[in-house]
Amino acid sequence: MADLHLTEDRASATEVAAIDAAIAAVSLDPAVVHETERLVRSGTKRKNDRRHGLLPALHALQKESGWISPGGVNHIAEVLQVPPAEAFGVASFYELFRVDGAPDQEDDVVHVCVDAACQIAGADQVIADLEAAGKQVHRSPCLGQCERPVAQFIQGRRKPDWVEADAEDELWNLPQKHDPSLKLLKRVGRIDPTSLDSYVGVGGYAALSKAFALGADQVIEEVLASGLMGRGGAAFPTGIKWQGVAGESGQKHIVVNADESEPGTFKDRTIMENDPFALIEAMTIAGFATGATKGWIYIRGEYPLATKRLEGAIVAAREAGFLGEGIARSSIDFDIEVRRGAGAYICGEETALFNSLEGFRGEPRQKPPFPTTNGLFDQPTVINNPETLLNVLDIVQDGGATYASTGTGGSNGQKLFCLSGHVNRPGTYEVEFGPTLGDLLGLAGGATGELKAVLLGGAAGSFIGPDMLELPLTMEATREAGLSLGSGVIMAFNDSTDFPAVLTRLAEFFKNESCGQCVPCRVGAVRQHEMLVRTSANPSEADSQLLNEMDQVMKDASICGLGHTASTAVRSAIALGLIGGQS
Amino acid sequence: MSEQSTATISTVTVSINGSSVTVPEGASLKDACGVAGVEIPTLCWAANLTPANACRLCVVEVENSRTLVPSCSRQVEEGMVVQTDSERVHHSRRMVLEFLGSSVDLSQADDLARWSKAYGADPDRYGNSPARIEEEIKIQDNLYIRDYDKCVLCFKCVDACGDDAQHTFAIAVSGRGFGARISTEFDVSLPDSACVYCGNCVAVCPTNALQFKSEFDLREAAAWKPEEQTVTRTVCSYCGVGCNLEMHVQDNTIVKVTSPNDHSVTNGHLCIKGRFGWQYVQPVATE
Ligand SMILES: Cc1cc2nc3c(=O)[nH]c(=O)nc-3n(C[C@H](O)[C@H](O)[C@H](O)COP(=O)(O)O)c2cc1C
Ligand code: SF4
Ligand code: SF4
Ligand code: SF4
Ligand code: FES
Repeated sequence: MADLHLTEDRASATEVAAIDAAIAAVSLDPAVVHETERLVRSGTKRKNDRRHGLLPALHALQKESGWISPGGVNHIAEVLQVPPAEAFGVASFYELFRVDGAPDQEDDVVHVCVDAACQIAGADQVIADLEAAGKQVHRSPCLGQCERPVAQFIQGRRKPDWVEADAEDELWNLPQKHDPSLKLLKRVGRIDPTSLDSYVGVGGYAALSKAFALGADQVIEEVLASGLMGRGGAAFPTGIKWQGVAGESGQKHIVVNADESEPGTFKDRTIMENDPFALIEAMTIAGFATGATKGWIYIRGEYPLATKRLEGAIVAAREAGFLGEGIARSSIDFDIEVRRGAGAYICGEETALFNSLEGFRGEPRQKPPFPTTNGLFDQPTVINNPETLLNVLDIVQDGGATYASTGTGGSNGQKLFCLSGHVNRPGTYEVEFGPTLGDLLGLAGGATGELKAVLLGGAAGSFIGPDMLELPLTMEATREAGLSLGSGVIMAFNDSTDFPAVLTRLAEFFKNESCGQCVPCRVGAVRQHEMLVRTSANPSEADSQLLNEMDQVMKDASICGLGHTASTAVRSAIALGLIGGQS
Repeated sequence: MSEQSTATISTVTVSINGSSVTVPEGASLKDACGVAGVEIPTLCWAANLTPANACRLCVVEVENSRTLVPSCSRQVEEGMVVQTDSERVHHSRRMVLEFLGSSVDLSQADDLARWSKAYGADPDRYGNSPARIEEEIKIQDNLYIRDYDKCVLCFKCVDACGDDAQHTFAIAVSGRGFGARISTEFDVSLPDSACVYCGNCVAVCPTNALQFKSEFDLREAAAWKPEEQTVTRTVCSYCGVGCNLEMHVQDNTIVKVTSPNDHSVTNGHLCIKGRFGWQYVQPVATE
């Protein structure tokens, strides 16, 4: 890179110390990351092996100064050799970074969720109260704590971030605790998530031994035979991804997509907070099977407890020889780094996640090429959801055929569902594929009040009515009904719901979360939100027609899934008569 | 020997609106459409830049693809069956043009005006006061102005300033969604930024959001007359690289300098001397 031109702003001594410490904690190892090729705009190439230190450095600066200061950016730019205009462009992409001036208050920032589950639980009142008490409050998109509304996350100033509710009862979100039918969640509440011994004591790391005994090729055969499909929303067969990466050469990566920002989703947090070693073991198996030696967990910035547990587990596993060089006395190398996101739903889209981790703006890349050949740092990459990976432990232990014999044939194995909204016992629930929507609501103690609608699959999903209670929650049955399980969201709404308000906020969510890269979504999401505001969420026939036209261009011509699904929920609500139709 | 080398050039055959065309491997669908004589509207694509893939004006329908695909950057694959004229394609292009027309000042974007007409775009059907990209015009020096009211966020200036030509990285995209803007760090003024005034960003801007000050001043005075301008090609006299210059002259006065995109030395890009260093030919009166 040419010599950088910097403005005269200089970082304070404390800013320098904070930034340098954050960068020192990151392995900027050119042997691992020898070249970063940016493919956002299909093919632009740039060598810069330090750039992926950018997000950690910005986090440190925000924590120290309460904002992204010009002097701090200059220091980061110098150390990482990133042009300051680009560093600013990256910082300004994220919810958790403040770029518009130093805050006039020194205290912590309280992020309060205003998305559906918290909205119907009274988020506005909570915000008003906090503001009246003189707090710095930030209206936040879904914080992934929908089972305990109104969700809050506190961004500490010069101290770690925290979630008040974590301290109260960490297992509050597992109503099925000790149910013997659990497989994915069987260790939750039975082990101490901070203790490797506790994990090994209930059979932890037996799957890795089994994997070594089977050999890499056979592990992939078992995953293929299991028919396991991704649980992050797109339901792509996991074995095919792994096989693709195994067939590539050179440096390869295993990336866990723990961005979990789809409104209504919190299952991955349940896993990571309560069973972190299981995720690490499953990643290690994925690394062994595909020949990837580097693992990354990209976790959303608003999950401080899960981050702490994972980081602790990685250190413990490394000390015990389960991570690092020659893991578990084999000749296999595998190690893991955790990277925190900074508040951006779009960074859960796999290619946006790669860009974000690499230190670029979280803008999705055009596919093809796909991650299996051109993933993180443009190298072959397996990217999976935490829940997906958790399934691999049982697949390796019991064999792919045994796994495939469970579920419905079209949907194999176990599935986690996130129940929230107007149900009696919200939380993460595990079932073997097969039960209906009504069964799941029953597990959660049924709806409170008279059930009017369910949002299935998240903000990117659809509203369905109580007439759909008999719908089996399988991939095949939902697909046939023109629906999607998405990330397993089941959010219930009763007759007290202000649907116009819920739908207007939902449209605002997409407007705010669009990365802005492509015209159909950048403008379309704004026009959709404006229409709901303009009509008080009572669109006329003509409005609905225009909405259909907007939906069509967003589905056909947007780059990524955010644009493709931005109108789905709104249109389903109109079709169901939840909004519109009154003149 | 020569036989061997011709044999190694692989080609791909695709169908464009029913007619079969053969193009070299690695060509884009847009290239293939060109061979078939089909014009593709583009906004963020330029011959001398890496495709940005952002405007989605160039989308076409490819058989068995769930969504439409951007023809500017999608490479041809053997046997692809492509439709450029379907109702779906027309709909997307019309909507993209409407979305832009409803949010950005396109009054000086001639190509977009032509396509908006051709596709029947009606940007006025989004209510009384649809949100627009409202930005103050930035006049920070005597060389060029930035009027981001007219910006369609095509990334061209960013790429010209960055990886694709200048490697200066003075400007980048900041913000997110509809709030995304082209900006220096913390929006500092251009003279305070890394900008070296090569003017390459101005040369690639499709909407006149970036404008040479000379052109801006004439437009303000209602004296900008492109139809009366002559373009004279010459070679830059400053150094030995040999950049070709196009001197745009109106009323016997140089009003702007560009370079031909297809020139092997410049690919359309210049440095400050060739771009702005013509005052010695034509001293600017100082009052
Ligand atoms: C806007 C958007 C957000 C997404 N967010 C997530 C997420 O938070 N977690 C996740 O696992 N997948 C998310 N995905 C899906 C990923 O792109 C990808 O399909 C997934 O991580 C693959 O893992 P799997 O095969 O194990 O499901 C998102 C997709 C889109 C379009
Ligand atoms: S669809 Fe939306 S989120 Fe996805 S790339 Fe386009 S603008 Fe960004
Ligand atoms: S004039 Fe040149 S250096 Fe300045 S912003 Fe434009 S492209 Fe970059
Ligand atoms: S200023 Fe011009 S070149 Fe730059 S993004 Fe906007 S429209 Fe494109
Ligand atoms: S010209 Fe192809 S996306 Fe803009």
